[in-house]
Amino acid sequence: MKILVCISHVPDTTSKINFTNDNTAFDTNGVQFVINPNDEFGLTRAMWFKEKQNATVDVVNVGGPETESTLRKALAIGADAAFRINTTPTDGYAVAKELSKVAVDGNYDLIIAGRESIDYNGGMVPGMMAAELGASFVNNCISLEIDGTNATAVREIDGGKETLSSTLPLVIGGQKGLVEESDLKIPNMRGIMMARKKPLTVLEPAQQQTCTSSVKFEKPAPKGAIKMVDADNIDELIDLLHNEAKVI
Amino acid sequence: MPVLVYIESENKMFKKAALEVASYGRAVANTLNTSLSAVVFNTEDCSQLADYGVDKVLTVNHSNGFNAKVYADVIAQAALKESANVIVLSSSADSRYLAPILAVGLKAGYVPNVVELPKTQPFSVKRTAFSNKAFCETQITTEVKIIGLSNNAFGLIEHPTSLQSEAFSPQITSSDISVEKVDKATDKVSIADAETVVSAGRGLKGPENWNMIEELADVLGAATACSKPVSDLGWRPHSEHVGQTGKPVASNLYIAIGISGAIQHLAGINSSKVKVVINTDPEAPFFKAADYGIVGDAFEVVPKLIEKLKTFKAQNS
Ligand SMILES: Cc1cc2nc3c(=O)[nH]c(=O)nc-3n(C[C@H](O)[C@H](O)[C@H](O)COP(=O)(O)OP(=O)(O)OC[C@H]3O[C@@H](n4cnc5c(N)ncnc54)[C@H](O)[C@@H]3O)c2cc1C
Repeated sequence: MKILVCISHVPDTTSKINFTNDNTAFDTNGVQFVINPNDEFGLTRAMWFKEKQNATVDVVNVGGPETESTLRKALAIGADAAFRINTTPTDGYAVAKELSKVAVDGNYDLIIAGRESIDYNGGMVPGMMAAELGASFVNNCISLEIDGTNATAVREIDGGKETLSSTLPLVIGGQKGLVEESDLKIPNMRGIMMARKKPLTVLEPAQQQTCTSSVKFEKPAPKGAIKMVDADNIDELIDLLHNEAKVI
Repeated sequence: MPVLVYIESENKMFKKAALEVASYGRAVANTLNTSLSAVVFNTEDCSQLADYGVDKVLTVNHSNGFNAKVYADVIAQAALKESANVIVLSSSADSRYLAPILAVGLKAGYVPNVVELPKTQPFSVKRTAFSNKAFCETQITTEVKIIGLSNNAFGLIEHPTSLQSEAFSPQITSSDISVEKVDKATDKVSIADAETVVSAGRGLKGPENWNMIEELADVLGAATACSKPVSDLGWRPHSEHVGQTGKPVASNLYIAIGISGAIQHLAGINSSKVKVVINTDPEAPFFKAADYGIVGDAFEVVPKLIEKLKTFKAQNS
């Protein structure tokens, strides 16, 4: 089985979010970048398929040279080879198009992406890839088993979950549940050394085609002051929630 | 060219988020000087849509239940039939599942997490980004535009219409995926649909102490949620994990009990309108992000709150 894991290079969750150029661009100054958490769960599940079912696992990212450290980390975790499509991602559709081309050229059976990336929260790349590829698609995937060319996946739905079956090729939008938090691996020294020798191929993008463009950013208005209520005066809280906030 | 909304129902009842989508769709239609059409699956009585501004509803009978590709294909056919070039969906798990497929099918630009009415010329929408740490104004440059509306961002706005109903029999494509099993708690409101969410963290000390959290949620008709470590420790199911790497929450009222208010937690729940925090530590960062706060021990405050709310509910119902 050939697996392609799509890796988004995103600001660490603790990052302060600021903008530059008259609020038209994200300010990367002082920001640490990491593998998108949803993608890391998928990558770790892919490692399981590698160990137990002899899968090969490649990783791919659409981004400039600065994202290579993130791809190297994925290689250190255990991926076999990496691809970087050398362009700045502009919108979800353009990214999905670029990734789909790699998926077709490499003839992958299983394509694992994250449910959403934590920067733009678009949540559209995996579904768009599946549509481009004509592959089956499971979003919000919290469990995945492969047996030959048959796949059984569990999808989180609002208020529950749904078990689905399909055949490969399959695209998933993954998240925690694919593996547990405690299964995530911090690359060891040997992994890091080996990652340096693994292939990281830079591909030039195909014709860029976008459907949307981010024009301006803004930060939420600062919050008003909190009202403190005494722990012995719960009646006051109920009164405030009822008469002032009007939420009960 | 009307605006088209996808209206979700559950057990033949429209979901609140769907009526919010109708309200929003109506307002977009007014801005664009056009009418509002809706597509509805498996629901005979659509009269409620006449209260929320829908002019015409296409009703589809599809007994096989939800399937993202099939539904995306049906909505695409409805859009073509109506010549709609703005389509509005909710932020439900199902809508988020089908929207990207619909977008590719219609060669449409899709923007999720939208929180305001669009601007026209050029057409742009305001959405949340960086897990609620920012907003991003996004232009949609394609002819057909798909908007995913954030829960609770627009509200319900009544707008009576004389609703026309039409049975719609699109071509149903065969599906490459089949549903083997659905596990869904029928007696509990989901985090996505909840008006109120009661959430608890590591301050609760252990899973055996969640009875009072469930009881509080029960009194309020709320969904229960938890912080990430609580789900990683196995005290609560992963489906309750909220925050930047869990589920987003955009409820009217969010009550956080024994949660410190880490940046990743706040990012996911910040779109909630009113936040209440109960924490023993007056320095907990959550107090900077909340509207109402109580410094106190959850094991004393929550039981009292439950009793007082029961009395309040009894008097106000
Ligand atoms: C990559 C990454 C992603 C993350 N994503 C998320 C996410 O999506 N969601 C999330 O929640 N976290 C997330 N986290 C974790 C986050 O950083 C915090 O560790 C977590 O939110 C803390 O959970 P907590 O508030 O329950 O626990 P703690 O931080 O331990 O806080 C417990 C609180 O309970 C209070 N308390 C103790 N006893 C009582 C009592 N008797 N009564 C009342 N209060 C009491 C304490 O004063 C304290 O403030 C993420 C972390 C990382 C690194």
